[in-house]
Amino acid sequence: MGILEIKNVGKRFGGLQALGDVNLSVAENTVHAIIGPNGAGKSTLLNCLVGKLIPDTGSVTFQGQSLLGRKPYEINQMGVSRVFQTPEIFSDLTVFENVMIPCFAHRDGAYKLNGINPVRSQNDIKEMAEAILNDVNMIDKRNMVASSMSRGDKRRLEMAMCLVQEPKLLLLDEPTAGMARADTNNTIDLLKEIKEKRDITMAIIEHDMHVVFSLAERITVLAQGTPLVEDTPENIKGHPKVREAYLGEAQV
Amino acid sequence: MLGLEKKDTSLLIIVAILTMFAPFILNPFPEGSALAQFNAGYPDLMQRFVIFGIFAIGFNILFGLTGYLSFGHAAFLGIGSYSAVWMFKLLGYNIIPGIVLSVITSGLFALLIGYISLRRSGIYFSILTLAFAQMSFALAYSVLTPLTNGETGLQVYNSDPQYFHSENMPNIPHLFGAKMQGTYSLEMGPWSFDFNTGYYLCAIIMLGMFYLAIRIFRSPFGLMLKAIKTNQTRMNYTGLNPRPYTLAAFVISGMYAGLAGGLMASMDPLAGAERMQWTASGEVVLMTILGGAGTLIGPVLGAGFIKYFENIFSKINDTVLHQWFAFLPDGMENFVITIIHPFVGKGWHLTLGLLFMAVVIFLPGGLVEGGQRITAALRRRAGRSGRSGDDASSTDTTPAE
Repeated sequence: MGILEIKNVGKRFGGLQALGDVNLSVAENTVHAIIGPNGAGKSTLLNCLVGKLIPDTGSVTFQGQSLLGRKPYEINQMGVSRVFQTPEIFSDLTVFENVMIPCFAHRDGAYKLNGINPVRSQNDIKEMAEAILNDVNMIDKRNMVASSMSRGDKRRLEMAMCLVQEPKLLLLDEPTAGMARADTNNTIDLLKEIKEKRDITMAIIEHDMHVVFSLAERITVLAQGTPLVEDTPENIKGHPKVREAYLGEAQV
Repeated sequence: MLGLEKKDTSLLIIVAILTMFAPFILNPFPEGSALAQFNAGYPDLMQRFVIFGIFAIGFNILFGLTGYLSFGHAAFLGIGSYSAVWMFKLLGYNIIPGIVLSVITSGLFALLIGYISLRRSGIYFSILTLAFAQMSFALAYSVLTPLTNGETGLQVYNSDPQYFHSENMPNIPHLFGAKMQGTYSLEMGPWSFDFNTGYYLCAIIMLGMFYLAIRIFRSPFGLMLKAIKTNQTRMNYTGLNPRPYTLAAFVISGMYAGLAGGLMASMDPLAGAERMQWTASGEVVLMTILGGAGTLIGPVLGAGFIKYFENIFSKINDTVLHQWFAFLPDGMENFVITIIHPFVGKGWHLTLGLLFMAVVIFLPGGLVEGGQRITAALRRRAGRSGRSGDDASSTDTTPAE
């Protein structure tokens, strides 16, 4: 029994069958990659996990509890964090404020008025935020306005914002999309470091095979809304079905 | 001090000094001089400055922090006024129950309207609030006449019960006997300064409300509201529910508006439906944007600016213009006056509109941004001419926020 169980999930958009019959189990404390060509339904699947979409059929359970019908913030409070393809951060605020907000969410829950005591008197929150910024090597950028940073740094910040909540499951939607090679490698190192330091399960959706093969312990290949194969990276590399789906090669 | 950072404390102190000495500051020109036209230190106008200041500070908590643009805040102002006048009618002229009730009722209305309107954001939210305000206005004007006295406006009559009214209490709004209209005039040579009880009460309340706004701005709650303005998606995926935060901000700003309405009725025990009209709602939007939305001092500046224009520029008529330009040759005089005429007197809206456009285009941060730019330019100049840093910082009279 994995930490995340996806059973018979299907989703249609009008006439388009985005997800057929997806069965997937993500084991605890592993890095599970979901790969597949464009239009394979990777993002749809991810959206079904975080409450943005509700699948037409099937069930999604996280630690034995169903995620269907819950709001995104409720799912997050259960311990599922998501990193977006284009970093979703509070771009008008400073890096430090960006990190403090999830700290408050972690400490106070989905809503707490807390309208009189100033932010700067919340020492526990400040320590938490400083610690995570140290972890991702961004402490020197703490007073920068988030929108003025490079894409790599924004991604790093978004990751820090997710990690500070100590999620049990981290969902990453193409974490290196549109990044320079050096930034990609930095991100890989960061993710490896994160994995070493904490008990965390990661599900990664990714195009870049370099990233997938340097991180994943388990890989699921999705094509046209259904999982083709699920196996270890070594076995996936030479798998004929995968080559077919990706390269259109005829099977020999 | 008072749990504020140094910068905020000095801002609060500056505002306190300005409001406490307003009767002097606003009356710089001697009585009877040609420039006495520009004196704004009479009780009526000073009261309006601070009351609309409260209104705009509250509006800024919603619009400046969360970015939700409400076009119906005048409804809360009107509701506050009606509540206060009803208290005068039922209990008597002491203003405390009136002000308390005006805050409570407007808070309840804000809760209801906010709960419904906040299901949408952006333009749809604005339209919903506008619809609610116009609905309240129309109701107050027609169907609810027994409650609001329709077109005439709600006022206190001799036949009203006023259960707690006693003979030794004044027959106008008062605070435990201190008449709101009571004014002490200080004559100093050609100058005359008016110290009005109502003004000082409103000013002290405004300072309190300003202080509360600073606390909200600097609190985790304020941070969440700023986060909502920036990115609601991330807010949701951070495990935070934006709805209660926006609703709380809406109710708080509604209560500020109600308080302003209650104070307005306390200064002049009359409440009319036109106070709820959409132009009144638009006015507070203008004040906030003109002063600088999202800044602390901006809304107060904007409120003062617009009220000054409304009351001072509108009084400059052709007779006054002829006095000013009497030194010019006749033909010239008439020519100059013809040019200036559309911008003053009844045409003051034109001047205000042009100014508003200029501010929005060149200073998107409002008057506060203008102040910051001037300060920065002065600093640079001071730096170039090699003066010491102390000198440069002494020019810093416009606070950043």
